Amino acid sequence: MRNHLVLRVIAKLLIPFILVFALYVQFHGDYGPGGGFQAGVIFAVAFILYALIYGLENARRVMPPTWLRAGTALGVLIYAGTGIATMFLGGKFLDYSRLAHDASHGQHYGIIAVEFGVGLTVASVMVTIFFVFAGRQRLTDEDPDEENGA
Amino acid sequence: MTDLIIGLYNYWIVIILMMVGFYIVMSRQNLVKSLIGLNIFQTSVFILYITLGKVTGGTAPILEKGIKLYSNPLPHVLILTAIVVGVSTTALGLALVVRIKEAYGTIEENEINRMDNES
Amino acid sequence: MEGILNIILLGGMAVTAIAIAKMRNLFVVTMLSGIYSLLSAGIFVLLDAVDVAFTEAAVGAGITTVLFLSTLILVGREAKPRQFRMQAILPFLLVLAVGAGLIFASLDPNMPRFGDPNSPANQRLAPEFLADSVPQVGNEAPTRVGIPNIVTTTLASYRGYDTLGEVVVIFTAGIAVLILLGAARRRREDEELEGPETGAKPEPPKEDSRMADASKEAPGS
Repeated sequence: MRNHLVLRVIAKLLIPFILVFALYVQFHGDYGPGGGFQAGVIFAVAFILYALIYGLENARRVMPPTWLRAGTALGVLIYAGTGIATMFLGGKFLDYSRLAHDASHGQHYGIIAVEFGVGLTVASVMVTIFFVFAGRQRLTDEDPDEENGA
Repeated sequence: MTDLIIGLYNYWIVIILMMVGFYIVMSRQNLVKSLIGLNIFQTSVFILYITLGKVTGGTAPILEKGIKLYSNPLPHVLILTAIVVGVSTTALGLALVVRIKEAYGTIEENEINRMDNES
Repeated sequence: MEGILNIILLGGMAVTAIAIAKMRNLFVVTMLSGIYSLLSAGIFVLLDAVDVAFTEAAVGAGITTVLFLSTLILVGREAKPRQFRMQAILPFLLVLAVGAGLIFASLDPNMPRFGDPNSPANQRLAPEFLADSVPQVGNEAPTRVGIPNIVTTTLASYRGYDTLGEVVVIFTAGIAVLILLGAARRRREDEELEGPETGAKPEPPKEDSRMADASKEAPGS
């Protein structure tokens, strides 16, 4: 797929919009349809598209697997950490009302933090899964070539 | 009679989808196809939940001035998370299928069973 | 209008599902399951579940299809035909019996009809969530949570523990896939590929060194 000019150009045009749309879905999820789960998936789709068009090596260079693994854990940590933070502020686990003076604002902050954690984990896991599957595939694809060349 | 059919149509389709998925899983064939059967089963349950939450004349549960009647948001929340969890478990299943292919050289269930019995 | 669309889309789903059951080419099956997901996303929109439809369209029609396709490249795309007729007939009879039983059960007069606002599912919890989120009459300040999208509110606040559990499940599944497919790469190269592979080993191509980098700290390598 790397030699299709149309695909390469269109993908380059589309990917920034996909990323911006993912961020919109993430942070506008309080007011319209959307939220961490959807945004994470859309964010991951941008990287999967990049990997499909420009090849896995380039995609790995853009988004190193180490970062992905860190993101996977960090998302869960942000979610649980929000809960712990509310406990330190004197509430129960995940009782967001404590995060601000006004209970309603506290709920809002808490929901944004938690949704961000969800989005981070979902996006990282989806990209990780795709990279792992595609990496396998590349190995089996290239093996015969290597054998012929050797 | 039409009332009955329209009132229960969704449930019947859910049952049909559920049974098709169940059949694909039970009739022991290709492992990838079994996973797709599980997906069909799963989606039928999703539709059942969402159907139960629908209120005639209601709108999507996003608050807006002047609208009083909303559909039930609770099933939406349950299913929303279930879909994303579903794809990650499907990925796990596919990873197992790939490993089975590498270990056995086949992903047909009866061939794998036969190899297990022979050894 | 909505009712007709509902009937058509659900009928389309049933047809697609049956087609999936009959097909043996896994590539076709995967594409059909993408269509199936898209149809179900349409139904979710009709049934007012916009968030769910959004997720299903992105996940079911998008990522699941890509994952199945990348698996098919690894495992081959043709399913073998069955050897014994019995394997098809026995499950079919069982499924027929269970399905008939379920349809008989759905004829119970107490079964809530489609869109019934008084069905038991709509009696508990949801009205409280709605009352919590809807601004009171004459008092424009929102109560308790004050976020218009009740699905988000319920997801992150009322059912926060549940969602935390779901995120942990996704995390675990990701790690499990990584262990199953990401880590064993070295071992596989050493053990399974015989003969000619050794010739290629001393001078691994550039990407291979990066791949080794990725799986270095993985267990079992």
